[in-house]
Amino acid sequence: MRSVVLEGSVELPVRERAVRVRSPARARALRSIAVGALSITAWLALWQAASVGEWDVFFRFENIPAPTEVARAALDLLANPKLLPHVWNSLQRIFIGFSIAAVLAVLMGLAIGRLRLAGEALLPPLEVLRPIPAVAWIPLAILLFASPEHSMVFITFIGAFFPILLNTIHGVEGIDPRLIHASLTLGARPLDVFREVILPGALPAIVTGLSIGMGTSWFSLVTAEMISGQYGIGYYTWEAYTLQNYPNIVLGMVGIGILGMGSASLVKWCGRRCMPWFKPEANTR
Amino acid sequence: MTQSSIESTPARLGAISLRGVGILFGEGSAAVEAVRGIDLHVEPGEFVSILGPSGCGKSTIIGAIAGYTPVSSGQVLVDDQPIHSPGPDRGVVFQQHTLFPWKTVRENVEFGLKMRRVQRVERRRIALEILEQVGLADFSNHYPAQLSGGMQQRVSLARVLVNRPRVLLMDEPFCALDAQTRLGMQQMLLELWREFHMTVIFVSHDVDEVLFLSDRVLVSSPRPGRIHATLSVDLPRPRDSLVLTSPEFMRLKRHAMELIGAIPEKPTARAN
Repeated sequence: MRSVVLEGSVELPVRERAVRVRSPARARALRSIAVGALSITAWLALWQAASVGEWDVFFRFENIPAPTEVARAALDLLANPKLLPHVWNSLQRIFIGFSIAAVLAVLMGLAIGRLRLAGEALLPPLEVLRPIPAVAWIPLAILLFASPEHSMVFITFIGAFFPILLNTIHGVEGIDPRLIHASLTLGARPLDVFREVILPGALPAIVTGLSIGMGTSWFSLVTAEMISGQYGIGYYTWEAYTLQNYPNIVLGMVGIGILGMGSASLVKWCGRRCMPWFKPEANTR
Repeated sequence: MTQSSIESTPARLGAISLRGVGILFGEGSAAVEAVRGIDLHVEPGEFVSILGPSGCGKSTIIGAIAGYTPVSSGQVLVDDQPIHSPGPDRGVVFQQHTLFPWKTVRENVEFGLKMRRVQRVERRRIALEILEQVGLADFSNHYPAQLSGGMQQRVSLARVLVNRPRVLLMDEPFCALDAQTRLGMQQMLLELWREFHMTVIFVSHDVDEVLFLSDRVLVSSPRPGRIHATLSVDLPRPRDSLVLTSPEFMRLKRHAMELIGAIPEKPTARAN
């Protein structure tokens, strides 16, 4: 509360200054939003011009649908949601493949990071398989499984497995040995150490691995669906190409982007919920 | 909080003996000798400090008594039992940042009780009681990262005391704290030591600190670490910060400084 003795002429400049101090930050925020919106609009306009004008300078825009055509296709899709079964199929494959990968990779990662024998036995074969991209597994996966459904889930699994595994190993190896000593001197038995120290200690790295793995599993799944699928958002995108329904290609791409981003943020959100103690910036203290 | 519900262990427990203890790190030709020929006897309830520069194997001796650092030769005995593995009867307070970051203050303190499968309600009651003693009851739901360094070390102490250890091992616990916080922690430690009747082995490179706290100071020399002199600190107890400026303290400090500054080329074991 300001004292009554103060005159209005004193009060006014103080308030003015307060406003002026706050406004540059807000102005900067507004400006950056405006610049971003303007930039997106400019790119869309350029695309529109290129498609309508059928530009042919190295890039051939002849068959590329204009943003307006894509928007129209999107509205059609809202009226008649043909895309939903595709999305649902992809989500199911991601969920199964990613879940199996998560459980297996975390368990193996914990074992490899902590038990010398597990590391010696499991790391060499994994090191041989690791550089092979999930996409390169597709022909073998088709031979390996009777149903294309299974082979696509397998490709999703492969895509997610290695990032999760490597991050888990990294997380376990990064645990301060003094935390393990502390737990032992407080009476922890080996299984307690695992549950109370190793698992929570590796959790930030595991969550990082899960969110990277979510991205790579989408990447792998979309490729697999394009090659061997029936239903699925990757299949939808490829089918749009073969049926020369070009606006739907862009819609499929946007859908893949949204699904990938959404599922990765879901993983991150769950991770944050599990680790209320973890503040990446404050952790250096 | 004198009518503590945590039972007092009989005061006669907590004798520590090291007999010709040597510790090597690594194997074969790459092995480094951390400590050599340590002979040491600590009476139950005694407060003994090991004073020496960094890299003189002080922390290694703590690890050997705690049981997580295997000895290469000799023997470590606590109450005549040879030590081979860590146990809650020998609590360790480390330098810093060894609270479990994913547990709240209360959960950190409850850890030892949880390991003993104490019921949740009972666990919580005992933890809060000890947190009260170290003045942190109001912070029981904070995470360690939200506390200052001094507060974190008080939680570390509480986390160990909940197990009523016979032996408290402290590895430069206050060296990262500022001078004032440090003195407060030292006084709190002396009070807890008296109340919990435990043997304390305190490792530090700070002459003032070890003289203020200890009954006896063992001066160690660098690698391989050996104990080359013993200093009895016969200052009266209870001690307060005034003792730090007394003539008697100054005399002891001068003696201790001579001992650290005059480490002979080939140290002769004069321990005990």
